[in-house]
Amino acid sequence: MSRWEKLKRNPRAAWAAFILIAVLLAVLPFLADTLLSRSWVRIIDFVLLYIILALGLNIVVGFAGLLDLGYVAFFAVGAYLYALLASPHFGIHLPFWALLPLGAGVTCIFGVLLGAPTLRLRGDYLAIVTLGFGEIIRIFLNNLNAPINITNGPQGVNKIDPVSFGGFSLNQSHQLFDINFPSVHNYYYLFLALTILVIFISMRLQDSRIGRAWVAVREDEVAAKAMGINTRNIKLLAFAMGASFGGVGGGLFAGFQGFISPESFTLIESIMILCMVVLGGMGNIAGVVLGVVLLVVLPEALRYIGPFEQALFGRVIVDPADLRMLIFGLALILVMLFRPAGLLPSTIRKREFEAEDEVEAQNGARA
Amino acid sequence: MTLLEARSVSKHFGGLLALDEVNLSLQNGEIYGLIGPNGAGKTTLFNVLTGLYSPDHGEFFFNGEKLIATKPHMIAERGIARTFQNIRLFGNMSALENVMVGRHVRTRAGVIGAVLRDARTREEEDGIRSRAFALLQYVGIAEYANNLSSHLSYGDQRRLEIARALATEPKLLALDEPAAGMNATETAGLKKLLEIIRGDGVTILLIEHDVKLVMGLCDRVAVLDYGKKIAEGSPQQVQRDPAVIEAYLGGV
Repeated sequence: MSRWEKLKRNPRAAWAAFILIAVLLAVLPFLADTLLSRSWVRIIDFVLLYIILALGLNIVVGFAGLLDLGYVAFFAVGAYLYALLASPHFGIHLPFWALLPLGAGVTCIFGVLLGAPTLRLRGDYLAIVTLGFGEIIRIFLNNLNAPINITNGPQGVNKIDPVSFGGFSLNQSHQLFDINFPSVHNYYYLFLALTILVIFISMRLQDSRIGRAWVAVREDEVAAKAMGINTRNIKLLAFAMGASFGGVGGGLFAGFQGFISPESFTLIESIMILCMVVLGGMGNIAGVVLGVVLLVVLPEALRYIGPFEQALFGRVIVDPADLRMLIFGLALILVMLFRPAGLLPSTIRKREFEAEDEVEAQNGARA
Repeated sequence: MTLLEARSVSKHFGGLLALDEVNLSLQNGEIYGLIGPNGAGKTTLFNVLTGLYSPDHGEFFFNGEKLIATKPHMIAERGIARTFQNIRLFGNMSALENVMVGRHVRTRAGVIGAVLRDARTREEEDGIRSRAFALLQYVGIAEYANNLSSHLSYGDQRRLEIARALATEPKLLALDEPAAGMNATETAGLKKLLEIIRGDGVTILLIEHDVKLVMGLCDRVAVLDYGKKIAEGSPQQVQRDPAVIEAYLGGV
């Protein structure tokens, strides 16, 4: 029996754990602000943003098994949609509550458009085509500044409206019960709410008729077809759902940063999000969250190596910037060597071990 | 009453004529055997019937209607389910989940239902689960419901494939060499299971190499050789047919 199962059977402990996590999440930005620094709150904001993105990619890669190397395209579409409709660039300033569903909807359509030509492809071929699509979107964004200036080209879009609800702008500090909430804290709570929503949707989808159909397509497409699954529609649905998560993430990113340019949406970004999904445990939501936390926090934490070297040797021997990527790469290789299914592999394997444990327990009771 | 009729179905791959004007007709409630030497076109006929390949020529009539739908999922919806010669289970899913996937075509819940999990979706999901479990009991592997399907024994994997196919509520169950790789005890168990399935009103189309199984189980048998149907009739008739003997033993 896993710890999780035990928790479920002990409601009091479950509630205690739940309240503890809720309180921890509620005070996390203040903790990080006082214990570390304000820039760590910003890093935590990015963790939440990447969880939204990675869970979107997890639907495509983890659930449906479609290796998508161009996922950042949807992130870009979402970000640019927000930027163009809420900035002085066109002089349009749509409110956030309208932009968020619009971004999800438009990227959903992009997901279907980019997914449709790839339906017959699998594995490496699919990866190459999606990689191409990702680059096409980025190059379009880079070059759509002439003859008509739509995206403002490589300069990007500036002065994007911050996220605001009515007159309540998240970009300003607010006072509540004598507590000061700076901008990064405000964004933290918004991102946290949306991350919880996205986790909730992912969990519900995974454990449903649709989720099973995705896994069936991943495991054996021919058998899935023979069982009456319309594989074309179910794959397009995965692309659309994943893309809409990416679009929401893009919109949040644009509002949070206030400035975007095509440089933010390169191939390496797609690879990083894919790494988060694979490292944590493809198909497992908790694993993906863990993967994101590690891959966002680790490179930042490794910056402290500089001062550490200074304290230890009296001078900086290796530049932390060099060491950072080295250790980062090494960590990735080690994880893949020792935990090839990811840090937290998907639950199905655990479930089987539980079944075996139960059989053993029953046998033991009988003996 | 005729359940399935194949009318001069042909299929070729490049220069190879895999099916040559094959005519078959299956009666409701019978077990119909399809035998023939390796490469005779048996599996090709299955693949054409279930929509994995489209025939070059000819057509199928199912339950009195022409099978116009050529997509495999539509064929499953019409009531034809199949198993595969080289077992094709969803290896990383539990046995129970494999059968639950089979319920896909008879259920409706979409994304919104999945996310909101309203009363109707919950009811449907409970129905899927209990039906799937009942089918595992039906084929006799309920104790492995939570095991990964790839960890089941060979014979149990074959049974699981049958349970998954039955989950689609087929009128016709097409089995591609279900006894391949089974020992004598397992084959006897399979024979019993197929008789129960037939007793419950499902027509069975069976490709099989195990002659004893085919002769003891099938009501009628057709023999394919080089894509042509060379004989059809009761197992006893077919056994004595000179064309069949020649196909299996080679021309003299």
